[in-house]
Amino acid sequence: MSILVFVESAEGQIKKTSLEAVAYAHALGSPVTAIALGAVDQGALEALGKYGAQKVLHASDARLNEGVIQAYTSVLVKAMQDENADILVLANSSLGTPVAARVAIKTGASLATNVTDLPETSSGFVVKRSIYTGKAFAKVELKNQKKVIALKKNAAEAKEVGSNVTVTPYAVTLSDADFAVKILSSEKATGEVLLPEANIVVSGGRGMKGAEHWGILEELAKTLHAATGCSKPVSDMGWRPHHEHVGQTGVKVAPQLYIAVGISGAIQHLAGVNSSKYIVVINKDADAPFFKAADYGIVGDAFDVVPKLTEALKAAK
Amino acid sequence: MKILVCITHVPDTTSKINFTDNNTKFDPTGVQFIIGPYDDYALARAIEIKEANAGTTVTVLNVGTADTEPTIRKALAIGADDAVRVNAEPTDSLFVATQIAEHAKSVGYDLILMGRESIDYNSGVVHGIVGELLGMPSVSPVMKLDIEGTKAKLAREIEGGKEYVEVSLPFVAGCQEPIAEWKIPNMRGIMSARTKPLKVVEPKAVDSGVKLQQFELPPPKGAVKMIAADNVAELVSLLKNEAKVI
Repeated sequence: MSILVFVESAEGQIKKTSLEAVAYAHALGSPVTAIALGAVDQGALEALGKYGAQKVLHASDARLNEGVIQAYTSVLVKAMQDENADILVLANSSLGTPVAARVAIKTGASLATNVTDLPETSSGFVVKRSIYTGKAFAKVELKNQKKVIALKKNAAEAKEVGSNVTVTPYAVTLSDADFAVKILSSEKATGEVLLPEANIVVSGGRGMKGAEHWGILEELAKTLHAATGCSKPVSDMGWRPHHEHVGQTGVKVAPQLYIAVGISGAIQHLAGVNSSKYIVVINKDADAPFFKAADYGIVGDAFDVVPKLTEALKAAK
Repeated sequence: MKILVCITHVPDTTSKINFTDNNTKFDPTGVQFIIGPYDDYALARAIEIKEANAGTTVTVLNVGTADTEPTIRKALAIGADDAVRVNAEPTDSLFVATQIAEHAKSVGYDLILMGRESIDYNSGVVHGIVGELLGMPSVSPVMKLDIEGTKAKLAREIEGGKEYVEVSLPFVAGCQEPIAEWKIPNMRGIMSARTKPLKVVEPKAVDSGVKLQQFELPPPKGAVKMIAADNVAELVSLLKNEAKVI
């Protein structure tokens, strides 16, 4: 028996959430095989060994350079058979989650997404998942021999436990049906820190008073190597793109540090940030409800506090 | 064209979540239930497509007990033609998806829409499972959907951007904003919803391979530490030495 981990890449590098998936699988104990699809840097694949993979498969077929859900499903189902894997571990994402759904049906596996912790195995195989948009958890027993586990960010810590491994090419057979959904084009922010992956997030709300004032937040984000986010009204008004909207109906983030500037803290926004480890709130309204959910708070004018904070951070480096 | 919109009946986004029975049951006391916000976007887009294409019908489906009927009636008031309620607690994704697939097989829909995820269990997999069970493609999360003859062009949100895809009908889509503007029922809609057909069917048994053991609430948050606006250096020091996050 082995554990298969599907690792996702962006711009040739393995995503951090996928390294966490490898670490999670490693902690489960069985030999870990990682599989990457499409174009990925050779060095990045070899380095998966450091995070706990004993074996790395690479399906480099160019048709897999884009994340086609059904094609990826077919490859992973076959790889589970070939590797005699009972468990597939992957990271929740716009690709990973739908792939997990389809693989689970094709293999007759018990399925859990949004998993936040390693399983308890004293009686059965019980995982903890985040529900009610971070407001609660559910402990769920996965009863079938085969299991598909999709992880929420920070379910395991990616750390170096081994050394580089050799990468084995993995040949795939794909059908036309695998490409029923045809990807025409994509728009992707490049070179920036992606919001769902970021360790630090700097977010702005209506208190920023307009798209033209985002420069001070971007400067703060750059200093912290952080991603930028925003509240729903901000993306609704078109000040920031939709993929930066953090909240109940937007991106749910789980960074080490979330800095909220000029966001009052509506419960729908809190639902998107309640998995953050530390929260800093900067708001000129001392009664803003966000302060109740914060670890550190500053009552003050964003246009005064934020540039000073950026300077202080630069000086502390 | 026949469109199926699957809706969830979930606590309002402002609800405080509590459990009873030794943390094994959701406590509905004082909770307002709504159509899942993502499902509401799917419904609104379905109604727009119906309005633009004569002869199109929109059916809503909910897997739930009789308690969910006011939520279903609201979807009818917004403009769906008829409704199906599968009479069961929606216990897990495979169970719900199986009920949707069984109904869809019996009717034959051109388009099956739902929200990207329910806001109670947040699994985000029902559209994918329905697609797999019906042998159809599925796309999620969809932020734009245009029907062009027997094909559709969609925009899907991906991490840090968008992807534009094309797919032939029939298919399944998990929807999110800004696919359409939420619709508010008008008086005429509310009146006509009372007499629109709402069929109740019994569920198919499913061995879903998962079993809920217990719910858990996150530990309470400690008190906030306030820092003076003219002392940002203290914040930097706390982040560095106390929180150790920078």
